[in-house]
Amino acid sequence: MLDKRIEKSPVQLTKEDFASDQMVKWCPGCGGHAILAAVENVFPKIGYRKENFTIVSGIGCSSRFPYYVNTFGFHGIHGRATPIASGVKIANPDQSVWIATGDGDSMAIGGNHFIHIIRRNIDVNILLFNNQIYGLTKGQYSPTTPIGKVTKTSPQGTIEHPFITAGLVMGAQGTFFARVPDNNVKLMTEVLYEAAKHDGTSVVEILENCIIFNDKAFSPLTSREKREENQLILKHGEPMIYGKERDMGIILKGTSLYAVRIGVGGITEKDILVHDQFSYDPGIHRMLGRMMGPDYPVAMGVIRSAKAPTYDDMVEEQIDNAKKSSSIKCVDDLLNSGDTWEI
Amino acid sequence: MAKQKNIMELEDVVVKFVGDSGDGMQLTGTLFSDTAALAGNDLATFPDFPAEIRAPQNTVAGVSGYQVHLGQRKIFTSGDMCDVLVAMNPASLKANLKWAKPGATIIVDESTFEKKAIEKAGYKTSPLEDGSLNSYHLIKAPITVLTKESLSNVSIDKKLAEKTKNMFVLGMMYFLFQRNLDSTLDFILKKFSSKPEVVQANQTALKAGYNYAETVEAIASTIRVGPAPMGKGRYRNITGNIATAWGLLAAAERSGRPLFLGSYPITPATEILMELSKHKSLGAKVFQAEDEIAGICSAIGASFAGSMAVTTTSGPGLSLKSEALGLAVITELPLVIVNVQRAGPSTGMPTKSEQSDLLQALFGRNGEAPLIVIAASSPASCFYYAYMAAKYSMEHMTPVLLLTDGHMGFGSELFKIPKVADLPDINPPLAKPNDPDFKPYRRDPVTLARKWAVPGTEGLRHRIGGLEKTNIDGNVSTDPLNHELMVNIREDKVMRVANYIPEQEIYGEESGDLLVVGWGGTEGMLKSAVGQMQRAGQKISLAHFNYIMPLPKNTPDIFSGFKKIVVCELNKGQFVSYLRMTYPEFRYLQYNKVQGLPFHVKELTEVFTKFMEEK
Repeated sequence: MLDKRIEKSPVQLTKEDFASDQMVKWCPGCGGHAILAAVENVFPKIGYRKENFTIVSGIGCSSRFPYYVNTFGFHGIHGRATPIASGVKIANPDQSVWIATGDGDSMAIGGNHFIHIIRRNIDVNILLFNNQIYGLTKGQYSPTTPIGKVTKTSPQGTIEHPFITAGLVMGAQGTFFARVPDNNVKLMTEVLYEAAKHDGTSVVEILENCIIFNDKAFSPLTSREKREENQLILKHGEPMIYGKERDMGIILKGTSLYAVRIGVGGITEKDILVHDQFSYDPGIHRMLGRMMGPDYPVAMGVIRSAKAPTYDDMVEEQIDNAKKSSSIKCVDDLLNSGDTWEI
Repeated sequence: MAKQKNIMELEDVVVKFVGDSGDGMQLTGTLFSDTAALAGNDLATFPDFPAEIRAPQNTVAGVSGYQVHLGQRKIFTSGDMCDVLVAMNPASLKANLKWAKPGATIIVDESTFEKKAIEKAGYKTSPLEDGSLNSYHLIKAPITVLTKESLSNVSIDKKLAEKTKNMFVLGMMYFLFQRNLDSTLDFILKKFSSKPEVVQANQTALKAGYNYAETVEAIASTIRVGPAPMGKGRYRNITGNIATAWGLLAAAERSGRPLFLGSYPITPATEILMELSKHKSLGAKVFQAEDEIAGICSAIGASFAGSMAVTTTSGPGLSLKSEALGLAVITELPLVIVNVQRAGPSTGMPTKSEQSDLLQALFGRNGEAPLIVIAASSPASCFYYAYMAAKYSMEHMTPVLLLTDGHMGFGSELFKIPKVADLPDINPPLAKPNDPDFKPYRRDPVTLARKWAVPGTEGLRHRIGGLEKTNIDGNVSTDPLNHELMVNIREDKVMRVANYIPEQEIYGEESGDLLVVGWGGTEGMLKSAVGQMQRAGQKISLAHFNYIMPLPKNTPDIFSGFKKIVVCELNKGQFVSYLRMTYPEFRYLQYNKVQGLPFHVKELTEVFTKFMEEK
């Protein structure tokens, strides 16, 4: 559900209401342009007053984002978008707070803050531009770069095991995780709307192509020829079926997921798992989040959207309770409380 | 009938309670101080405890102490050497005898002076037997044994009974100082209200101690410290950390901006975080962050969102916050950073005090990143300076760094309770909805402060951040001349605060042979030393600074009135370096001490005398 606390716009807003007057300086062909388009689509659809959106970012290509959307915006420092946004949301819960960050910003230098904002379930929406590379500093490996990849700082290939974003988010007790490719703006818009509706920290991992330093990193997954075979687009309440012919599916056998062909080995559509994004138990969500080729498709869409109390709601609740029950109503009361004496 | 005792009238007395970490010395000291305050004494206290929560029993490392200086005159400091030392075990006596004045009264718990404990403390022979304490007035009392005996009729286990020995010794002290037991009895009743047997045990021990002291021959005379002449008003005892928290709450109330604290626990600043956590009824939002960086960054976010934002820390934490401080400088957002200084570098000595973060406060950031630096100078003054830090921060749209220190933070003194309505106005420059002239970096022509445009306000959508911006419009810019302009504006904005802060005051005559200069937490000691020498007819004055950046405008006028200037600091000479840089036309002498300890009045008067005599 959209946040009732946040004031709705009295008029239907459009994309133009959020267009900024600043020149967009991302490289032509950068995935950032698609993300910008999806955000400009979804903000009017969400329908909050235009003054009730705040976008916060850290450092990196992703983090120029606030300058390109006409909302309240704060361009922070490297890795710290999440604590800055936490402060904005706790101080001003009437804001719909969005974070633009990258794989380096959120999972390397900002890794500590990233897991803690998720753990606290502060009601913000994180747009995680994952291009598996450091773009703004020109091509060093990031915490999501696949092992063995040759980059400017790994001329013989990286020797680091990458994070799987979904695993990190759910390991930090994340309540919302979605994944989308940058070349499916329609899906991205839908997912961002779901993220806005979620109460708590929502992480949307956008597989973003960096045309200069990591071009086609995701093309086995996102190219026109391969995407239907290699992407499982999840929909709540629907069976996990994918493939050009819609004949592939995911089943649960024992404690593992398997990709199977319907009609082979006695598998029927009834055997295919049905997606429950709202399940509080993250077991299946974790397995879905980890799936990758060549044996599995990569899960896209909303993988997890579980209900849990948010930090910011609980802050307001504690303050309301304290205001009702405490005898200290103003600072004069406080100064004169306890042991005092008159001279 | 008890024997009639003599009464010793004293103008001021320093008392120190010392014992094992678990002996309850902090509570004993606090209750003794509260009772003294109720009797009308002025006072200042200082707790002195190890960083370890419970260091091994009966070791010097585990000694916890609480010092209180009380008087029938104005008290500026928690005192140098003590007149009365209460030592609950051999280790605490060993560690503290050097702080007792010659001839001081020493009360010891004789029951704890067993062979093993004596050896553990590092004594070869028992100091109670070997004559080494002959020059003191030693009162040996088997406190532990007597406490247990006094509780023989109370149904309470042995361990708990033993724990009330601090109340027994407090009772003895109340007799020695002829105090009324009521407020302590009342405190015990409230604190343990759910455990009647604990109430009974503590109250019984307190009274037993009093009665024992009255009967015993060893106490030949009692001490009388009369009420101090204090201004009319309502008073309380307050520590620097609590005063800081309350000053911030007062500023939030007066400014109409809700308080947000983003902080991470660190000794000796944690108490401010804990105190503000208690005051949700006043609307304070307290965020215990995952680290120091998240503490300040959340505060910056809250400030952007319209709150009176604060982060609290100590030296090492300030180092971690440096980058984000620069962000607050360039985004020109209000933010109060409280640094409760401790001895460094690195982890240093967390529970010991120092003034060694001054240069970090002034200059510890990348780029040209000036901000306001204010230093409080006593526990109660923390209230006022925290309030003023918040006021200047909001009115001038700049971060303000408030320096206190561990000594001030943990120490306490009497505080005349102000009325919030009597505090100075705070008028944050909020941008009005749909202001057609609003631009992110358009400024007030007098203060150079930009407007605070709070998210949610109609017609004010804008973007700011850590990249250099054009003046007025606030668009990202790398234009060389614009950058230089912005650097100069940010500096000028901070320097213009000198037009708003009070002029520097001088304690003593405006001219003379020696001007003592200090800043921050050393005020009490410097004032006491200078005052003593003034009474002895010396031409000496004190200029004690609270406003460091910018400095008060009349600073050079004050300096020019003296033949010599000596700058005294608990560091290697940081303020003096800053003064040499700012006012190079003067010659500065310096006196520095870096031991994690405060100045002593005696050492200061000796040093000042030496400086005055030198040609």
